[in-house]
Amino acid sequence: MNKIVNDFSITVGTKNGSGSSTANNTILRSIFKMGIPVSGKNLFPSNIQGLPTWYTIRVNKDGFIARQDTNDIVIAINPDSFGRDLASVTPGGAFFYSDDIKQPITRVDVSIYPMPIKSIVKNDPNVPNDFRDLVGNMVYVGVLAQMIGMDMDTILAALTFHFKGKQKPIDMNFNALKAGADWAKTNLEKKDPFYLEPMNKTDGLIMADGNTAAAIGSIFGGVQFAGWYPITPATSLAEGLNDFLPVLRKREDGKHTYAVVQAEDELAALGMAIGAGWAGLRAMTSTSGPGLSLMTEFAGLGYYAEVPVVIWDVQRIGPSTGLPTRTSQGDLSFTYFIGHGDSHSIILLPGDVGECFDFGWQSFDIAERVQTPVFVLSDLDMGMNQWMSKPFQYPEVPMDRGKILYEKDLEEIKGNWGRYLDKDGDGIPYRTLPGNKHPMSAYFTRGTGHDEYAKYTEDSGAYIRNMERLKVKYYKAAKYMPKPVFHPVKGATVGILAYGSTENAILEAQYQLGNEHGIKADFMRVRAIPFTEEVTNFLEKYDQIFIVEMNRDGQMHQILLTEYPQFAGKMKSVAHHDGLPASATWVREGILAKHKAEGGKPKAATKKKTAAKPKSSATAKKKK
Amino acid sequence: MTETLPMAGATANVNLAGLSKNDYRGAPSTLCQGCGHNSISNQIIAALYEMNTVPEDVMKFSGIGCSSKSPTYFLNRTFGFNSLHGRMPSIATGALFGNAQMKGIGVSGDGDSASIGMGQFKHIMRRNVNMVYIVENNGVYGLTKGQFSATAEKGLQLKKQGENPYMPVDICMEALVSNATFVARSFAGNPKQVKEILKAALAHEGIAVLDIISPCVTFNNQENAFHSYAWGKDHEEPLHEISYIAPRSEIILEREMEEGEIREVDMHDGSTIILKNLEKGYDPTNRYEALRVMEEAQRNNWLVTGLLYINTTKPTLTSIYDLVETPLNRLTEADLRPARSAIDKVNALMF
Repeated sequence: MNKIVNDFSITVGTKNGSGSSTANNTILRSIFKMGIPVSGKNLFPSNIQGLPTWYTIRVNKDGFIARQDTNDIVIAINPDSFGRDLASVTPGGAFFYSDDIKQPITRVDVSIYPMPIKSIVKNDPNVPNDFRDLVGNMVYVGVLAQMIGMDMDTILAALTFHFKGKQKPIDMNFNALKAGADWAKTNLEKKDPFYLEPMNKTDGLIMADGNTAAAIGSIFGGVQFAGWYPITPATSLAEGLNDFLPVLRKREDGKHTYAVVQAEDELAALGMAIGAGWAGLRAMTSTSGPGLSLMTEFAGLGYYAEVPVVIWDVQRIGPSTGLPTRTSQGDLSFTYFIGHGDSHSIILLPGDVGECFDFGWQSFDIAERVQTPVFVLSDLDMGMNQWMSKPFQYPEVPMDRGKILYEKDLEEIKGNWGRYLDKDGDGIPYRTLPGNKHPMSAYFTRGTGHDEYAKYTEDSGAYIRNMERLKVKYYKAAKYMPKPVFHPVKGATVGILAYGSTENAILEAQYQLGNEHGIKADFMRVRAIPFTEEVTNFLEKYDQIFIVEMNRDGQMHQILLTEYPQFAGKMKSVAHHDGLPASATWVREGILAKHKAEGGKPKAATKKKTAAKPKSSATAKKKK
Repeated sequence: MTETLPMAGATANVNLAGLSKNDYRGAPSTLCQGCGHNSISNQIIAALYEMNTVPEDVMKFSGIGCSSKSPTYFLNRTFGFNSLHGRMPSIATGALFGNAQMKGIGVSGDGDSASIGMGQFKHIMRRNVNMVYIVENNGVYGLTKGQFSATAEKGLQLKKQGENPYMPVDICMEALVSNATFVARSFAGNPKQVKEILKAALAHEGIAVLDIISPCVTFNNQENAFHSYAWGKDHEEPLHEISYIAPRSEIILEREMEEGEIREVDMHDGSTIILKNLEKGYDPTNRYEALRVMEEAQRNNWLVTGLLYINTTKPTLTSIYDLVETPLNRLTEADLRPARSAIDKVNALMF
């Protein structure tokens, strides 16, 4: 049998609340520390305890680490999902299961490995009864480690990190893991082809989740106020602020330069943040779709009253019950048009964990410069899963606090200013902050009914002037937006435009389309709305552009149609939405379907090889 | 350009802050003639003038409704935010973090606070945000032309609405059970009391709720209606006469009152509130007693006015957060962005 090295997927089926995340993270981190590109996705139900949950790991030497649709190695610990877990193994794959599950083994085309997890743990005198199930999870890690060649030193490093150096839990878990590995060494015969071998492709990288990165990025952006309300999958962002603010903004006098307030609901969360932003603080909130719905009226007020505030939306499926723990790019249209009346939102679209950090601080600069709410649309996959990332980079530009008039500024202009006066022709007016002692500093803030000097008016002319200025401000703000990321290939004839967490899947699909289907596509990942000129140029360049996204209606496609009606005929929507992190398969198949539908002829002959996985050792796709 | 400037040249009447009453005024009111809200605005102007408060040291807030329009009609030199219907509390909560040395004055109504904004109303109480929270309570929606509000009494008849079938919400009781630290009720037709209570409220550190019955002359001023001038005048039962004594000024008049009838409440800023009890020795620091008095008033159809409850021992929201001395909105990059070396520390904390 030919060995398959560093190119497969592992899926673990367990019960929610059984403590398997320590075990699964240990597998992920240890492979990462072996230098092999890897990703891990938690596919979990909305439940505290009992329902089936899966953790899927992609190992790929070429750096293609999007979720893989097929399961090469499956570890079944949950009797409730045993049947479907067994059925999901790819032919030729491997199936490990806890041998206390007495269910028929119906497959002959996969390697079957029963594991005596319960008896191994039971025989370990160092494991207290209460911990048997938790520690039992480490046994499957040990068995897997032995069978595919995970390095024991990296496993120990992963456990040491996880338990923050506390020796007792490290020992207890590592011993159980070792017991599993020892048992496998003596009792199991390797029949499957999957092996890990150390590489050096993760040197210098870190592993982190996007919510933590966003929280830390916000702190480097000088966040001063956060109002929030618990909601999956955004909760850990606010908790990240609570974890890291005391560390990173510690002062010798013990006083605080910030406040994080858990509000009574999302209305109040954004209300507080807008109040704080109005008063001159770097203010934010973090939520997900249903929370954003509740924030709508305030978001509109923020737009009209021109208040800087940052709103993170870690997207998921909603509303109500159903799939609140599944990822999505379903809030784009809603965010773009959010608010009552005519409005345009500034939207930042991070594509990976590193960008969650970067946009964490950049969003404040943009919000204060443009004086408007800035939305950052992450998603559950990016927000809650551990991703490989380049280390966080210190902001290389000073903070941009925007146009603020203090006492001395007002003295210089003899108090002659107007809150909504467009002095610079960029649509961005000057503002003052409460506490300014100059007698001409104060103004009264409202939604729409105000003139250039913030005086109440219902005059049509003043209303129109204000609305037109807001539009000018929005489009001129494009120059403050992060530029798109461009992934060109040689001889491209078509374009792929996408955003957010789908990048890995699209890079892999781009490779497959080029090498196996003769479709050479340049790929642009948009990182902000309003669109920058690079986006215009990209759309202009190709006869066909595939707009790829994780929602039903093709929301980015719709926005592009509105903004670029001249290119409407050549933009094709490739939208897919099943709640799972993007895979190369649906991106590729979606593009092929649209490509064919349009009668596009691939330039090169289509090869019939397994399209799902590139086996070529072509150069790894490097991010940025 | 703002309309008011510091008055040029010497004028006859200035307060200790060197400001004339005009420095505390706002734009001309657009509310109805005789509206109780205008009377309250005038008392806000008078109270701040007499307390020598600098208008720039205050932030004013409101939600939506007739009452919420009124911050336009006082304190032109004060930063203000006319926010959303029922959402004044959250805006004020966030804004007052901008400069914790500033005092908030919020004006809301019975629709704004007791209906759409009930959630935020209750939560700003328990957070003890440092502001005066005035509810101009008239039992009716004015701007939408005369619907019942949640404080309207059961059985009230309104022209287009017929009879109100529901029991009313009592603003003071709601505030008290939500742990407000200062709860008072007054009547717009009793401007002297309104002003003294306002002064006491402004001196209080924390949330000070003033439920001011403020009749709507257009939609709800029938003589038999709870929120009318006639009813209010006939049924008002002041608990005490209330006087506010500014810090360091000598207490002269009140010394003449008889012992046992007087209760003094010391405020954080050194000022004193003196309550001259009219009947029995009412103790406004006793929460249980406050609830009893309100219950009793409800049963007897009395409009009990005065300082119902005060607690000066609870920390305000911003003091709980133990903020730096400098107002947060004056901090700069040096205070807010961690040092360059911190980035390595953070990366080391990741795996």
